[in-house]
Amino acid sequence: MTDAISVSGLVKTFGRTRALDGLDLTVRSGEVHGFLGPNGAGKSTTIRILLGLLRADAGTARLLGGDPWRDVTTLHRRLAYVPGDVVLWPNLTGGEVIDLLGRLRGGHDPGRKAELLERFELDPKKKGRAYSKGNRQKVALVAAFASDVELLILDEPTSGLDPLMEEVFQRCVEEERERGRTVLLSSHILSEVEALCDRVSIIRKGRTVETGTLSELRHLTRTSITAELASPPDGLMSLPGVHDPDVQGTRVKLEVDTDKLDEVLKHLTQAGVRSLTSTPPTLEELFLRHYEDEAPAGMPR
Amino acid sequence: MSVLAGTGQLLKLGLRRSRIMLAVWVYALAAYAASTGYGFTKLYDSQESLHDFVSGINGNGATVALYGRILVPGSVGGVTAWRLGAIGGVLVAVMSILLVIRHTRGDEEAGRLELVGAGVVGRRAPLTAGLLVGVVANLALALVTMIVLIACGLPAVGSLAVGLAWAIPGLCFTAVAGVTAQLAETAQAARGIALAVVGVAYLLRAAGDAARVSWLPWLSPIGWSQQVRAYGAERWWVVGLGVVVAVALTGAAYALVERRDLGAGLLPVRPGPAEAAPSLRSPLALAWRLQRGALLAWLSGFAVYGAAIGGVLKGIGDLVKGSSSTRDLLSRMGGQRSLEDSYVGTVMGVLGLIAAVYAVQVVLRLRTEETAQRLEPLLATRVRRVRWSIGHLLFAAAGPVVLLGAAGVAAGVAHGLRVHDLGTQVPRLLGAALVQAPAAWVTAAVALLLFGVVPRLAPAAWGVLGAFLLLGQLGPVLKLSQAVMDLSPFTHVPKLPGADLTVTPIAALTAVAVAVAAVGLAGFRRRDIG
Repeated sequence: MTDAISVSGLVKTFGRTRALDGLDLTVRSGEVHGFLGPNGAGKSTTIRILLGLLRADAGTARLLGGDPWRDVTTLHRRLAYVPGDVVLWPNLTGGEVIDLLGRLRGGHDPGRKAELLERFELDPKKKGRAYSKGNRQKVALVAAFASDVELLILDEPTSGLDPLMEEVFQRCVEEERERGRTVLLSSHILSEVEALCDRVSIIRKGRTVETGTLSELRHLTRTSITAELASPPDGLMSLPGVHDPDVQGTRVKLEVDTDKLDEVLKHLTQAGVRSLTSTPPTLEELFLRHYEDEAPAGMPR
Repeated sequence: MSVLAGTGQLLKLGLRRSRIMLAVWVYALAAYAASTGYGFTKLYDSQESLHDFVSGINGNGATVALYGRILVPGSVGGVTAWRLGAIGGVLVAVMSILLVIRHTRGDEEAGRLELVGAGVVGRRAPLTAGLLVGVVANLALALVTMIVLIACGLPAVGSLAVGLAWAIPGLCFTAVAGVTAQLAETAQAARGIALAVVGVAYLLRAAGDAARVSWLPWLSPIGWSQQVRAYGAERWWVVGLGVVVAVALTGAAYALVERRDLGAGLLPVRPGPAEAAPSLRSPLALAWRLQRGALLAWLSGFAVYGAAIGGVLKGIGDLVKGSSSTRDLLSRMGGQRSLEDSYVGTVMGVLGLIAAVYAVQVVLRLRTEETAQRLEPLLATRVRRVRWSIGHLLFAAAGPVVLLGAAGVAAGVAHGLRVHDLGTQVPRLLGAALVQAPAAWVTAAVALLLFGVVPRLAPAAWGVLGAFLLLGQLGPVLKLSQAVMDLSPFTHVPKLPGADLTVTPIAALTAVAVAVAAVGLAGFRRRDIG
């Protein structure tokens, strides 16, 4: 199976700003791929290059086996896009916009549209200017999910949705995966990415800093452990992979590199374990680890 | 917290946000007053010529309906005040409405008011600040108008009266806009209702003047504007009447503000269709949907203006019969042709420029769609860039033809009926109108070139159109060289009717428009979106 999206060494500059600085991204066919990064990291710029709206300065981008800049018509028939900031025409109703976008893409399923309108609780009779941000996003989401395409490109699609609608959205993405479709999901919402995505790419300042499945990425991080021991531990500090140990008598709190977990646990059981809590790293910690070194640059310590 | 808390801050913000719009309006209207005052003092330098002109106007039902009756017949000032009264009053009303709606319902619809309203801002403050922007604009305009008319050599007291006479419809429609901003939920609808009230006010005055029903114009703030009788025995109390009505309407607007929620209107919003019509399936269909309302409004304006031109045409010859200086001036401006032909040529040239305004606006809509981020989702479908833009560009191409055609036919029918010669007049005036279209196309093509190649500078297309306008208006007066004059496409339009219809300039202008547009489209295909 070919990759749905393969991008390598992508560079895009706007004046003096280097928005993309050698970005790599591979999305396999049939997977839900999380595209993570702080504001201004280059997520939307990458997506706009993939949609043929921007032309890359260097690097290669392949989309569904074609060139995103040259093969616009053939590629766009096979994909649907939800922008982060959905702006509607003030005098067209939501229903009209959904139908229009579907027809311009090459047809959509009216039955599926009706079902989605109900699930997202969207009133299609309102004029574009009357919708709130969340409802404008629902219009674009219904238009995208109702279309029969191979690839969905979603750019922060849920920033205006309430938790109930967020759940509807997640179920829709699950269904798309079951139907064998590929989804590129750019997001800030880590719980959403954790719940939905098979693989994740984390980008920062226009470069990819991490990519892989969630368990692969977790492997690179630390697990936090809290234990109540029978006797005070001994030599724990000197074990490789142990960080921030906090030993108070028989109570131990520490962080451990996930690949050194086995040795540390053996050491703890020697001292006799009364109780043990182990917390796997969250995506959030993973995410923060990549960005926290940005913050101190300008901050007083 | 006082209901007016924060008004001062909001007013400052409003004046800052609209400083360019405000300056352009005041400048344009004062220039209109100055050119009218200057033109009349030069044209009617003798009592005899003035008398002929006044009796010509007041004896012609069509001009009386269009401009009103000359109420102060004995002086050049009185004629200037008459000429400025009706049309100027409408323009001042439009200025006031656009400013006030922009700062009241416009801000509210865009959600900016919510941001502001969370601060220390009284319930009536946003409306008050919006109204005050209108008041400031009108007072500034009254002052500048007075100064330029005095500079034209007209008496000071009368000039003040003209300024205040403009402020009457200005203040009244400032308050009308304050009311409609409460009624409608959208700025577009609020503007529409207020502009419809202007239309009714103008028609009441026109009907009253034409039918000699003397109380009818008194129902209209635009009628009051003329009743000030500047440069005669000024009736200052009419200004007071305008202020009283404006204050009463402001009170009504305040009462409405208290009765509604933020963001809501008092008129119900009707839901639209849940499904798109089967025809809404192409970029062209979408462009038609987005452009049709504006096109129909422009079309009715052109048709009414055309009919008005046709209506007054028969009287033109009589009007200037006695004044040899007018005849000289007109023939200097338009060549050796009959006065009627010259008049038609001049007004059709103005219509050509207005048609170019329409065409440029249509082209700049492309940029608006792009910067508003409505273009991206469309280009993420199978629609290609050029195909999308052609949907809108068809309006820039066909729009001027349709608008000018409507004006030409309306003028031809109105004039043809009066001289009992429809068969000749309709094609004659239609031709004179339609030859303007290629010049409008060239202007629109320049706008497309900017959009395609340097999109950030697209609004500079208005500057290009302004330059064409100045070349046409000032060129003959300043005796600019032909090479400079030739820069404007409007210079090359055949001077119909009267002159021979030559195909070369029309074909050349069309070819230039097509070539420039093609470069613009090629640039748009290659550039980044956004």
